[in-house]
Amino acid sequence: MTDFSAIDITEAKKLLSQKQITATELTEFFIKQIEEKKELNCFITNTFDIALKMAKESDEKIQKGSDLGILEGIPIGMKDLFCTDGVKTTAGSKMLENFVPFYESTVSQNLWKNGAIMLGKTNMDEFAMGSANTTSFFGNVLNPIRSDDQKDLVPGGSSGGSAAAVASGQCFAATGSDTGGSIRQPASFCGLVGFKPTYGRCSRFGMVAFASSLDQAGPITKTVSDAALMLQSMCSYDDKDSTSSKKLIPNFSDYKKFDLKGKKIGLPNEYIIEGLNEEIKKKFDQCINIFKDCGAELIDITLPHTNYALPTYYIIAPAEASANLARYDGVRYGLRENSENLDDLYQTTRASGFGDEVKRRLIIGTYVLSAGYYDAYYLKALKVRQLISNDFKNAFEKCDLILTPTTPNVAFPIGEKQNDPLEMYLNDVLTVPASLAGLPAISVSAGNNNNNLPIGMQIIGRPFEEISVLAAGSAIELSKV
Amino acid sequence: MSFFIEGDTGKWEVVLGLEVHAQIKSNSKLFSTASTEWGGDPNTHVELVDCGMPGALPVINEFCVNQAILTGLSINAKINEKSIFDRKNYFYPDLPQGYQISQFEFPIVGNGFLMIQTKEGEKRIGITRLHLEQDAGKSIHDQDIKNTLIDLNRSGCALMEIVSEPDLRSPEEAALYVKKLRSILRCIGSCDGNMEKGNLRADVNVSVRKPDSEMGTRCEIKNVNSIKFIQKAIEYEARRQVEIIESGKKIIQETRLFDPNKGETRSMRGKEESHDYRYFPDPDLPPLIISKEKIEELKRSLPELPDEKKSRFISEYSLTDYDAEVLTDDQYVSDFFEEVVKNRDSKLVVSWISVELFSYLKKNSIELSESKITSKKIAGLLDYIISGKISNRQAKELFEPYLKSNLEAKDFIEKMGVEQVSDEGEVEGLINRVLQENPKMVEDYKNGKDKLFGFFVGQVMKESKGKANPQVVNKILKDKLT
Amino acid sequence: MSIDNSIVRKVGKLAKIKIKESEENKLLDELNNILGWVDELKKVDTEGVEPMLSVFNESMNMREDKSDSKFSNNLITKNSPEKKAGFFVVPKVVE
Ligand SMILES: [Mg+2]
Ligand SMILES: [Zn+2]
Repeated sequence: MTDFSAIDITEAKKLLSQKQITATELTEFFIKQIEEKKELNCFITNTFDIALKMAKESDEKIQKGSDLGILEGIPIGMKDLFCTDGVKTTAGSKMLENFVPFYESTVSQNLWKNGAIMLGKTNMDEFAMGSANTTSFFGNVLNPIRSDDQKDLVPGGSSGGSAAAVASGQCFAATGSDTGGSIRQPASFCGLVGFKPTYGRCSRFGMVAFASSLDQAGPITKTVSDAALMLQSMCSYDDKDSTSSKKLIPNFSDYKKFDLKGKKIGLPNEYIIEGLNEEIKKKFDQCINIFKDCGAELIDITLPHTNYALPTYYIIAPAEASANLARYDGVRYGLRENSENLDDLYQTTRASGFGDEVKRRLIIGTYVLSAGYYDAYYLKALKVRQLISNDFKNAFEKCDLILTPTTPNVAFPIGEKQNDPLEMYLNDVLTVPASLAGLPAISVSAGNNNNNLPIGMQIIGRPFEEISVLAAGSAIELSKV
Repeated sequence: MSFFIEGDTGKWEVVLGLEVHAQIKSNSKLFSTASTEWGGDPNTHVELVDCGMPGALPVINEFCVNQAILTGLSINAKINEKSIFDRKNYFYPDLPQGYQISQFEFPIVGNGFLMIQTKEGEKRIGITRLHLEQDAGKSIHDQDIKNTLIDLNRSGCALMEIVSEPDLRSPEEAALYVKKLRSILRCIGSCDGNMEKGNLRADVNVSVRKPDSEMGTRCEIKNVNSIKFIQKAIEYEARRQVEIIESGKKIIQETRLFDPNKGETRSMRGKEESHDYRYFPDPDLPPLIISKEKIEELKRSLPELPDEKKSRFISEYSLTDYDAEVLTDDQYVSDFFEEVVKNRDSKLVVSWISVELFSYLKKNSIELSESKITSKKIAGLLDYIISGKISNRQAKELFEPYLKSNLEAKDFIEKMGVEQVSDEGEVEGLINRVLQENPKMVEDYKNGKDKLFGFFVGQVMKESKGKANPQVVNKILKDKLT
Repeated sequence: MSIDNSIVRKVGKLAKIKIKESEENKLLDELNNILGWVDELKKVDTEGVEPMLSVFNESMNMREDKSDSKFSNNLITKNSPEKKAGFFVVPKVVE
């Protein structure tokens, strides 16, 4: 069997259209990969039967050469946060261990419409709360990349299963969701491309909610070109989501025609934080040179409220989550711990159905909204969020794109940063600000550190200007730093 | 209206505020496409939002927004061009999302008022706000010994919550207020006002105080679903509060339930526990922005409102304030009246509708709209009176059997054989006969015994078995005898 | 602002999450740690700043008032841990 793990979607599409391979062959290859790489624990549910059926349909279409979707015949992984009709959807939680939706999320629906093939549902941090994929009820996901000292590393989170699956060649691409960095951070830890589009580009319908004002779906892929194809297939205006954008969806692959010459790239000094890994800083400087070589103008900018983004996020996201996760009460679906008494049923069901990190955030979120604390915490956070958003608005009057590292550190061994939640939260310090402002942001791999671990660079763009973000990502990708 | 409770320590005044929940008469729910149809098998009108499925998202129903605006305009209220939906968080099995989508700080409709007609004249009742929110599902506690059963068919139906100022001072005023509000809602068609089905229900806030003193601690009686019960609940609750205060104890602010069987209110401590709703803006819903143009357009589409109709009735039909109020209280009644009064004398029509017809309805405890009585049926009878074919007195005697019959006026009167003889030739024949039979009396009359005129009338009526038209008899008799 | 055990218990009740006595102190420490850290925000001058409710600034899409019930009782109750005659079932609630 040919090794398809070395090629990307763009190439596979070529082979499919030239009829050198079939979708069924591709699917069988990846099924084998998934079975061989079980120990990475990338998938919660495999849907091989569905995959083979979808592959057959794609092959028929390809044979006829009609009605071909953008991703016709391309096997992918679906983060287990997206509801899939008739296929168990757990959000990584014991609470939904046996939940089978009877409806399909808009994002997954769009992908199937575009010919993508579902290999399975990828593992994730429970309810997307985590940065290491160590909070899943279905166990930790391992990063396929190992450090030189052979320790098991985290793949990042919360879309850790998706990232590890793509990085280990178990699928061409996978969906992710990003609330504070859950696409970009794992992509960075696994040496991949992770793209969070502008808030409102992808419908949230059928995506298990974590923090509604921040949640945004996006792809994790091997290449920028694949990210454009995946995003193209995922996006749509959706009248089932009141925060879905009606703005015209461009042809994202047009990033290839986008010229960075003369564009201004902002470098926010606040992102060169204390504790930023030296090697990452070095890569960051190299990337500056790449853009200089493209003819872009590098300018210093300031995003003065950056330091406050993480605390702001850790008020707003848990607050929204405390309401979004109230529906998991053991009454209509999901886990139920039986009791003679309703209140006890609620309390024991939720105590046993949710893991520690989720409970911690629900308690925090409940607290910051409760009487007497709302103004000091939640309302204050909303105001600071406005200031953070204003920082970006002001910056984008001076520059077209913003370049930063994606994470302050590379992938770390499983078990580290587990004792202090705050230490774990710091993983998201560089990705959270763009989330709070709803901006499109990509993480692309900028090579490895001395220990052979990937380093990610982040590019943030103006709202709905995904194309320039992809173009900048592509510049780093092409330079092979 | 001076309403006081006599306590051991003197008079107590009752202070009332109402939160009326009116279900909007829409086809689909406020944030989902599920049907609002009443009844139906359990959990059959349920969309993803209505049962809080993972990944479900709310999308607002424009009709419901429009109805809230129309209602706001008809209670003289300010329409807020920007309003916000909030989540009201609490756990209850008929609240599937774990929160109710409601409006807290920024409701769609702000300050307004409506006028009620008390016995002492008009009174202005302030309205604090009107907001849109989701209804909860239904918890059924009495069908299973060990369990509560949950039906989510009603979950997510659109409600307007209309909150009054604490301006009401008696059970009667509260009743008048609800009736007035209901007539407005029905008039514009935003709510059918059916209290039995729970489509209109009120939370009643009751407190008592010594006249002119500070406001007392209030209790909220939840979900009272008839005007009669509202009055009874207030009476009971106010008395209970007076007794507590007079015995030296304090009122505890709490929510209570009215038990119509026992006629009393009782504490709902079970639900009390921890009242901390943690309202915050619903991140699934952007602010609701309503343009000035839209408000103007809706204003133009408003039908004639009960108060406007009342003034028109007063001037157009020369009605008293009271009659006009009674006839415009209900859209069905006012339409009925206007159909009957067309080309007929309004005084006659008013007295027949507001006195005779209403007392008949009251006696049989039915609403005009629920009765099978048509405006045509009433008009038919009135035409017989107007043309003089039957007398007013006859009509009153026949009224009840007439309403109960399935016959039209013509057939009924024929069947009963009560039609008045107004034909002058026929009446003249009768008169001639009476005069011929009583020559002596005719003689006496002509010699000045005027009183005998009545005797002749009586004889003619007797001859005609009461059917002769007295006016015609009078006229012809006078001619004959002079 | 730091919180004490009674607040942890109260908030646990509000969130309907049973907190075992043995977990309470650890959770309290973690929460105080997090809250102490988010207290950083107090340093930000937010005088006159409007709270940011949403990054989404397009007008809200409104739905036409058409009813369309796609799901049967069977589907709606398909995942439910306990049901009876089409109803969801919970232990008796006393009102
Ligand atoms: Mg109330
Ligand atoms: Zn309400």
